[in-house]
Amino acid sequence: MARVFFPTSLQKLTGGLEECEIEAATVRELFARLEDRFPGIRERLASAAVAIDGDVAPGALLERLEPDSEVHFLPALSGG
Amino acid sequence: MTTTRTGYKWVGTRPVRHDGLDKVTGRARFGADYATAGMLHGAVLRSPHAHARILSIDLTGAAAMPGVKAIITGADLPDIPDETGTGSEGGINFRDLSRNILARDKVLYEGHPVAAVAAVTLRAAQQAAETIKVEYQTLPPVFSLEEAMEDDAPVLHDDLFTLGLDSEPDRPSNISRRRVIARGDLDAGWEEADVVVEREYTTKAVHQGYIEPHAVVAETGEDGRSTLWCSSQGHFAMRTYTTKVLGWEPGDMKVIPAEIGGGFGGKTTIYLEPLAALLSRRAGRAVKMVMTRSEVFRATGPTSGSVMRIRMGARQDGKLVAATAWMVYEAGAFPGSPIGPGVMTVLACYDIPNVLIEGYDVVLNKPKVAAYRAPGAPMAAFAAESVVDELAEKLGIDPIELRLRNAVTEGVRAVYGPKYRKIGFVETLEEARDHPHYSAPLGPWQGRGVASGYWFNFGGETTATVSINEDGTAVVMSGCPDIGGTRAALAQMAAEELGIDVHRIEPVVADTHSIGYNDMTGGSRVAFAVGIAVVDASRQLIKDMCARAALIWDVPPEEVEWVDGRAQSVTGAAAPLTLEELASGSGNTGGPLSATVTVNPRGAGAGFSTQICDVEVDPDTGLVTVLRYTVVQDAGRAIHPDYVEGQMQGGAVQGIGWALNEEYIFDRNGVMENPGFLDYRMPVASDLPMIDTVIVEVPNPDHPYGVRGVGETGIIPPMAAVANAVYAATGKRMQDLPMSPVRVLEALSGD
Repeated sequence: MARVFFPTSLQKLTGGLEECEIEAATVRELFARLEDRFPGIRERLASAAVAIDGDVAPGALLERLEPDSEVHFLPALSGG
Repeated sequence: MTTTRTGYKWVGTRPVRHDGLDKVTGRARFGADYATAGMLHGAVLRSPHAHARILSIDLTGAAAMPGVKAIITGADLPDIPDETGTGSEGGINFRDLSRNILARDKVLYEGHPVAAVAAVTLRAAQQAAETIKVEYQTLPPVFSLEEAMEDDAPVLHDDLFTLGLDSEPDRPSNISRRRVIARGDLDAGWEEADVVVEREYTTKAVHQGYIEPHAVVAETGEDGRSTLWCSSQGHFAMRTYTTKVLGWEPGDMKVIPAEIGGGFGGKTTIYLEPLAALLSRRAGRAVKMVMTRSEVFRATGPTSGSVMRIRMGARQDGKLVAATAWMVYEAGAFPGSPIGPGVMTVLACYDIPNVLIEGYDVVLNKPKVAAYRAPGAPMAAFAAESVVDELAEKLGIDPIELRLRNAVTEGVRAVYGPKYRKIGFVETLEEARDHPHYSAPLGPWQGRGVASGYWFNFGGETTATVSINEDGTAVVMSGCPDIGGTRAALAQMAAEELGIDVHRIEPVVADTHSIGYNDMTGGSRVAFAVGIAVVDASRQLIKDMCARAALIWDVPPEEVEWVDGRAQSVTGAAAPLTLEELASGSGNTGGPLSATVTVNPRGAGAGFSTQICDVEVDPDTGLVTVLRYTVVQDAGRAIHPDYVEGQMQGGAVQGIGWALNEEYIFDRNGVMENPGFLDYRMPVASDLPMIDTVIVEVPNPDHPYGVRGVGETGIIPPMAAVANAVYAATGKRMQDLPMSPVRVLEALSGD
């Protein structure tokens, strides 16, 4: 199961939960499962960058997750 | 110097850059060099007030002036919904972007555009702009973060409600967003700490300081199709943003990239482009607009001024056990400071178990900030690395040794969450510690400081094409403006793959109608992401050419290999075929030799830098002179070491300017008093010693040659390195930038 970490800004929606484990094959599926469990979170995640195993994943919704993947949600970044 | 060797033929060498001759002879065409027959000239009317309501705009007098062909105001731009797209820290808000380009009901800073005019001469356009009558109702302005955050502060935007608070706000505020990062148990951390240091730091808004001002020529035809020639860090983004603001279709606009005379993040957004395009449509003729230096300073993005409070605790053995950071960044007139990367990078160099970081994005009546090299990280590092230096002193531990005891390594969880992949921070510290500079003797009133910095780096959407000409030469085409020598680096990677001389490859930056989409030249991404695409395209071509040789020789493809630019039979059954022979006969084997690759790669390797600075302080004048400076940085793999070193040196010099001299100075009405390079003092060659560089190469496993971005990390440590050196020279901790002679004298006289 993917290990999902919630930044402080999302913990209001997760009832203070900092992380959880969720069965999902892709980020899209992960978002759906998260929305089922924490209603309203998908909208908040729409503008976040998704990091999988330490890497920000472009086109994140279609990215595949491994059973031991770690997922983090970060502010969008690009640089100068 | 380079610490490891590559064994490659072209990667890691220093060939003359392909665009070098054009640049040194003046043949290269920058934004303001473009012109078309019958072209008009544009000028902008800017607000004289920092905060005012626009009651009316009377264009009649200006419109009647001789030679005036078109005038536009905010009323001519469509209303844009509150929509955020990618392209800057935290995303770019198109509604705000539009309102920054032309004010609507309110002006929010001195210099905010109110109207734009096109006329047959620049003087006629300027005179017409000056003739436009605008009636303002002035409003109380806010110029400091402290004022802006007060409960009763004048509010810039009635619809701005703070995001990220524990409870929903019930009234608008100048605080657009709060960001928080927390982990561990702070109380336990402070309990464990033997030494604690807490300090407050401030930095001023500083400009990217590119030499070339913003410039554009726009030509819009009767059919609504338009062409823009402009200098930017990404012509695809210029097209996206400009058409979005105008409500036009992106496919109707071609943007041709000019050479860029510096950007440093500041040319990742638009200012003049929609004005010129719309004026051109109204006038039916091409329109050229070029900012003056004063306009560049007053109305294009500086980076944020900031206020930061940092508290760190360490055990006697040097282990950092707890830290808090409270950080407030100026966004300027619209939300969107780089507070996000600020809170993520402030403690990212260290493995600290108990942390609370709180950051605020705050609007005030100053120009909207824009990206500047490693946006948000340099000011954060100034604060954090100054505290680390003070802790080292209190603990009696060498400052590099203290950093080594706490440095993040592969597998350690970054303070913002994910685990680091392969990184080279420790290697930069060790190289700095062992460098002769670190142990060189110092004289009276001289001091040495060190500091480190971290930057994420970025991948991004990318297209590249590699084509072979009939004479066996090649063209490498990308869609990213060449800011730091990326033409040469891309050609070197293609040369390495194809096995041909790098000067038989012509690297080209193609316009928006000639190649697929590319994200901007930003985030230190081009050698990494475009490099991956160029290498993939080269490898596809090699596979194709081997297949064609197999066809010619009538052997299975697996009996052909590519060696030194030639297809070779593994059995020796046929004489090798050169690239030229394969290309000149390609019509008989399937058509032209060309490969296009699109990628959106993960794995932009993180960058770390550690820097050593020696200064001498004049106790009578307060002048700080940099005597010696060394930048150590992990480049993963330096494709063209000259340009890697150039990025490291350039970043350090800009950081030194930020540390010692640069600041926006406003009068009591919010009018910038130093909008020119004479009074806005950036370092010039005669101010500084040669900046020494040490390229550390810890290869990035996600790039075929190990590249990490190098364009931004170098600007992060200098302010702290200089401040720590000034402390070592004077015994005074400088907590407010810039460390100008006046401020240093004040500190010295505080005894």
